[in-house]
Amino acid sequence: MEYLDLIFQETYKILFLLVPVLVSVAMIVWLDRRVWAFVQKRQGPNVVGPFGLLQSLADALKYIFKEIIIPASSNKIIFILAPIITMTLALIAWAVIPFGVDQVLADINVGILYIFAVSSLGVYGIIMGGWASNSKYPFLGSIRSAAQMVSYEVSIGIIIINVLLCVGSLNLSDIVLAQKDMWFVIPLFPMFVIFFISALAETNRPPFDLPEAEAELVAGYQTEYSGMMYAMFWLGEYANILLMCALGSILFLGGWLSPIELYPFNLIPGALWLIFKILFLFILFALVKAIVPRYRYDQLMRLGWKIFLPLSLTYVVLTASYLFYFNLLPTN
Amino acid sequence: MIAHAIFFYVFSIIAVVSAVMVTVSKNTVHSVFFLILDFISISCLFIMIGAEFLGMIMLIVYVGAVAVLFLFVVMMLNVAQQKNQWFISKENSNHIPIGLLISVIIFFELIIVIGGWKYKPDLFDEGNLLIVNDISNTHSLGMVLYTDYIHIFQISGMILLIAMIGAIVLTFRQREGVKKQSYLKQISRERAEGVEVVEVASNRGVKLDD
Repeated sequence: MEYLDLIFQETYKILFLLVPVLVSVAMIVWLDRRVWAFVQKRQGPNVVGPFGLLQSLADALKYIFKEIIIPASSNKIIFILAPIITMTLALIAWAVIPFGVDQVLADINVGILYIFAVSSLGVYGIIMGGWASNSKYPFLGSIRSAAQMVSYEVSIGIIIINVLLCVGSLNLSDIVLAQKDMWFVIPLFPMFVIFFISALAETNRPPFDLPEAEAELVAGYQTEYSGMMYAMFWLGEYANILLMCALGSILFLGGWLSPIELYPFNLIPGALWLIFKILFLFILFALVKAIVPRYRYDQLMRLGWKIFLPLSLTYVVLTASYLFYFNLLPTN
Repeated sequence: MIAHAIFFYVFSIIAVVSAVMVTVSKNTVHSVFFLILDFISISCLFIMIGAEFLGMIMLIVYVGAVAVLFLFVVMMLNVAQQKNQWFISKENSNHIPIGLLISVIIFFELIIVIGGWKYKPDLFDEGNLLIVNDISNTHSLGMVLYTDYIHIFQISGMILLIAMIGAIVLTFRQREGVKKQSYLKQISRERAEGVEVVEVASNRGVKLDD
């Protein structure tokens, strides 16, 4: 009985986390399209509901009622599994994101490693989808995206090491609390910029959206998908983008902490600050999508391996020696 | 405690079944997917015994990077076809005897390890291990890895580096006639040198340099 109670409690908590995440994913798709449209002096989706807010719901409804087409020569089990894996992995990472002191689903010691591991598993959804479709464009798209995600993970990992050197713990709540005096975006600003660009590449956002470059590969790994399965890929992708924004705001922008510890600011609950920061990063993502042209594939690889990797490694040495020299290394 | 046992059996059954499926399944890509499933369930087992750092690193390194390379190789080379040829063709292949030899050696090694663990438990006395309970396992790993075992750690790093350089040296070939792109040249191109306005005389056309 006690055990059942525990299960119910946890399920309630999980639903309380996942439903807002899914709703905000739908909203963020609308926001993305709106920002994109405003930069290009268009209107964007503005018909369904006030300001077009319900556009994503209308789209979702359309996807649900569409027929799911499974190609005859595809590998059916893996074909169906791929979008499920993409979406599941995008959602389970949210378990460790802290929204405030003790407002976290799973406060584990290795939170940042967990997020890193889950985001590195994300590549499988894409590879499986591309391979199981048994078609040339999806396969090329998935190979591209696998290489891209593996290379940018390296630089993200080293950037995370930079932050960890200043914190001395792998727990996400500890990482936020360590920024009480100064957000890490100030001492580690170059790393924040590199993290932002790597996050764009890791989530296959423009200007690094080569896996689905429509001019060359139709729609990349999503070409053969239709209906709800396509929608799941899509939801997973946006949930991943939100997750990267959340990770960026936790690592560099002080998570749930308010920018100034003064009267009107500390009335706003911490969760709202985190949401503001996620939205700020997301609007940057959307702006980049609107104003930057797509990279060529060899340029992308060069940027990842020959520029970001040495730069972030050098910064690790710099951070470590600075902390060591001034005796600032965290001890706990 | 019961929940713990249930989770242990679920993960270990998945691990064993998928390990068997790696060798049994006909399609090599499926084998790799089963291998990934195996890695994931093993890392779940690591987390269950409290080695959370090891479990996560296993996920990041093996599943996130190594298995992706496996998948690449298996998908790009048509290994499935080759495998079928070995079994169907009448000619004796020299891969199978070597494979058998290696698997027999591994089998005996496993027997020795498990036998030793069963009949000489004092060799694996937990008292010999230095376990500090009040710090997280990332901390305790970090405390010994860079102090007591620094030489072993550095040497293994060197071995990996040498292996990597060896692989690059073995596969790197300088081919003739490969066109390379110079980013500096591409970026520093100006409009003046990129476009040339030519007066074309009527009825005669124009002759350009290249």
